[in-house]
Order: sequence, then C-alpha cells, then structure tokens
Amino acid sequence: MIAIENLSKTYGKLAVLDNLSVRFEGGRVVSIIGPNGAGKTTMSKCILGMVLPDSGDIKFNGESVLKKHAYRRQIGYMPQIGKYPENMKIRQVIEMVRDIRKDATVIDEELIGLYGLQNMYDKRMGSLSGGTKQKVSAALAFMFDPQVLILDEPTAGLDPISAEILKCKILKEKKKGKLILITSHIMSEVEEVADEVMCLMDGTVKFHDTIKEIKQQANEERLSRAIAKIMNEED
Amino acid sequence: MNKIIKYVLYDIVRNKIVVAYTLFLLLLSIGLFNLGGSPDKGLLSLLNLVLLTVPLISIVFGTTHFYNSYEFMELLVSQPIRRSRIFLSEYLGVSLSLSAAFLLGVGVPVLLFAPGATGLYLVLTGLFVTFIFVALAFLASVITRDKAKGIGIALLLWFYFALIYDGIVLFILYSFGDYPLEYATLALTALNPVDLGRVLVLLNLDVSAMMGYTGALYKSIFGSGWGVGLAFVVLLLWVLVPLLASRKVFQTRDL
Repeated sequence: MIAIENLSKTYGKLAVLDNLSVRFEGGRVVSIIGPNGAGKTTMSKCILGMVLPDSGDIKFNGESVLKKHAYRRQIGYMPQIGKYPENMKIRQVIEMVRDIRKDATVIDEELIGLYGLQNMYDKRMGSLSGGTKQKVSAALAFMFDPQVLILDEPTAGLDPISAEILKCKILKEKKKGKLILITSHIMSEVEEVADEVMCLMDGTVKFHDTIKEIKQQANEERLSRAIAKIMNEED
Repeated sequence: MNKIIKYVLYDIVRNKIVVAYTLFLLLLSIGLFNLGGSPDKGLLSLLNLVLLTVPLISIVFGTTHFYNSYEFMELLVSQPIRRSRIFLSEYLGVSLSLSAAFLLGVGVPVLLFAPGATGLYLVLTGLFVTFIFVALAFLASVITRDKAKGIGIALLLWFYFALIYDGIVLFILYSFGDYPLEYATLALTALNPVDLGRVLVLLNLDVSAMMGYTGALYKSIFGSGWGVGLAFVVLLLWVLVPLLASRKVFQTRDL
C-alpha cells in the first residue's frame, strides 16, 4: 500500500533518513520502533508531505506522493504533540477539518462519543490539557475512515482507560483492511496491537519482521527481550 | 480557498488589532482634514502619515500573524489540501482585512472631505502599499523560523523603504549632481513602492511645480494615463514578486 524507495533526508549535516526503503501492506498494524532521533517522526512526516525528502520516492498505491495533496484524503494522522490554534474551540477545529474533507463519505464519530468530546466542544484548544488534545487528535485521525492511519506515539499522554479505547479502535480498524503505522516506545503495547515491527536506526531499517519471527529469531518469549537481544547482537 | 480564508479572517477579527488600526486611521484622517485649511493640504499631510504608518503596521502585523498561525498551518498541511492554497489564504486573509481597515479608516474620510482623482490615487496607493508590505512580511517570515529574527527582518525592511532608501537617493543625487539624473531618479523611484506611491499622489496635487526638472519629467510621465498605468503595473509587480518568492520558499520547506 505504501512503498518507500531510497528515501534520504538530511538536516544540515545530520542524515536523519539514509537511503531508506520499506513497504507496508494493508490490513496490518506495523509498529515503528527505534531510539530517539532515529528518524521515525521524520519518516511519517515525509509520508504526509510535511517534510520534503532530499531524494527518493514514496508511493501510495503505486503513485508517487511527492508534490501531491489529494492522496492525503486516505490518511489519518495523529501527531506526537498535537499543535492547534490556541483560540479555536474544539467544535471549530473539527468543523474546519470536516469542511476541508467534505468529500469523505463516511464520518466516523465513534471516538468523539467514547471520549466524551461533545461535552467540551466549546472549550478553547489553548485551555486543554495535553491528554485532551491527544483525544482530539485521535478523533480527527479516525474521523474520515482513511485507508492509512499514522499514529505517532498515540498513547503517550493518554490515561489508561483512554489508551485502552484507542487500542480497541486500532484493532477494529485493522480488521477493515487498513494499514496502521504506530511509532511507540512501549513494548507491551507494541506486542498487544502490532503484527509487524520495523526498527529504524540511524535512518535505515535495522529489521522489519512479524512479531512471531522476531521472537523465534531471538529465541525469547518476551518481545522486549527479543528486540534488545537482536539490537545488541548486531552491534 | 475561501473556506480557509474564513477561518483566517475569524482569527484576525478576534484579536482586535485590526479594529484598533481602523479607528487609528479614522481619527488620523478626520483630524487632518479638520486641521488643514484646504482639502489638498489635508490630503498632503495624510499622504505623508499614511506612507509612514501603513507599511509599518502591515509588515509588523503580517509577520506576527504568520508566526502565530504556525500551528494552524501545521494542522492544515497534513490535510488533503495544497500548500500554496494554505499560504495564499493566509496572505489574502491578512491583506484583505488590513485593506478593509484602510478603506474604512482613510477611504471613507477622503470620499467625504476631498473626493476626486487625487483622493482616489491616495486610497489606491494605500491599498497597494498594504498588499506589498504584507507580502514582504510573509517573505521575512518564511526566511527564518525564529520569530524574533523574522520581526527584526521585517522592521529592517520597513526602515529601508521608509527612511534609509530616501537617504541613499539623496546621497546619489547630491554626489552626481553634475550629471543629468532625470531618468536615473525615475528608475530609483520605481525601486521603492513607497516613493512611487508618493510621487503618484504628489503629481496630482499642485505642489509638483516646486520639484524642478525632475518634477517636470515626472509630470510629463505620470501626468499621462499611460504613465499612471505603468506606475500601477510596477506596484503590482511589487506585490507579486515577494509574494511568489515567499510562496515558493513555503512550498519547499519542512514544517
């Protein structure tokens, strides 16, 4: 569904992505892991067209996404830290995004209901806590029934109940054949929702396997151990 | 496009600076027309103040607005919408609201106290200057990510066009006074939109007789419909060049 081909991006002298090539197929939850600064967020932002790569290509259903915008109809994005205009109300933010994505046929308001966002519709974005902003981000990401969901550390600021709601939603959407990319540092969570794990290190793919294969390869029961083992072995 | 302009305008109207700007211009215009004896005198004083304050407010407001809308633009960039559309909506939102303020604050008093061609030129010049300096403000904002630096560049641009440039022109005229400088002066005027606007309005007042040979040359050029048209084309270029340059930078940068 998404194919990244020889993607490179440097910030000044720092090579954040270094000739990265990887493919993601629909109906799977892929967890992207890696140390801080490994290029996880940069990769997601490249897919979204927020960061423009120096070289290489990204193909969405076989078509290059560079300098395009219409493909983003099929992507829901939940940023690591949701930044919103401070003096807009939750209602206005949601209405505006709906206005922009008018051609979406299915409107999925499940998360708005589950998170009880209607009761806060008239609050300003600037007055919301980090967790509530995350809930708004999540609701917006899932709202237009996109084929691809990119979730950047989705549960980082959420309370346990809200995080659980989100995980259920992720698994539910996966069954509809969607591709869900999650960056996360919490291994237990990765094990719970993900099918595949892709590890980025210094801007290239360290490994990209299903969870089962990773465990077999390392001969470990727990995923966190298995991953630590693989990473240490290769050093 | 207008969907996003709607939200940009909503944001601008709420922060009340534009309302204060309108009232300020209104007070200034009405005050000057009531102080000066003839409407022409009023127009002349108004011209000088407008050419000083409108660029300053446009460029400072444009720059701060751009930096304050960063989150808004970030939110939109991940949506299925062209970057240039986001950028142009921001630009039109800012320049249209400042133009509306100018029309209310200066246009209406001019229409009441000094209707006529000169007044019309003054209002048109003010509108062009607004669009030009908002475009320059956006150019300053896309050059650097640092808000303080951006506002610094914006203020420097204003200093340059409003004050320093005239100093440079005077210096050139003084140093090369022995040579025929008529056409050079004309070219120098075109290189500064504020001066161009000033000359355009001045030549419609009777004061141009005091400007010597160069004034006569200006009069022969700007006095004709063709010359005025050319002056407005140059002003239009002054809007388009910084606007398109900054749009290009905005489209090819990371957010």
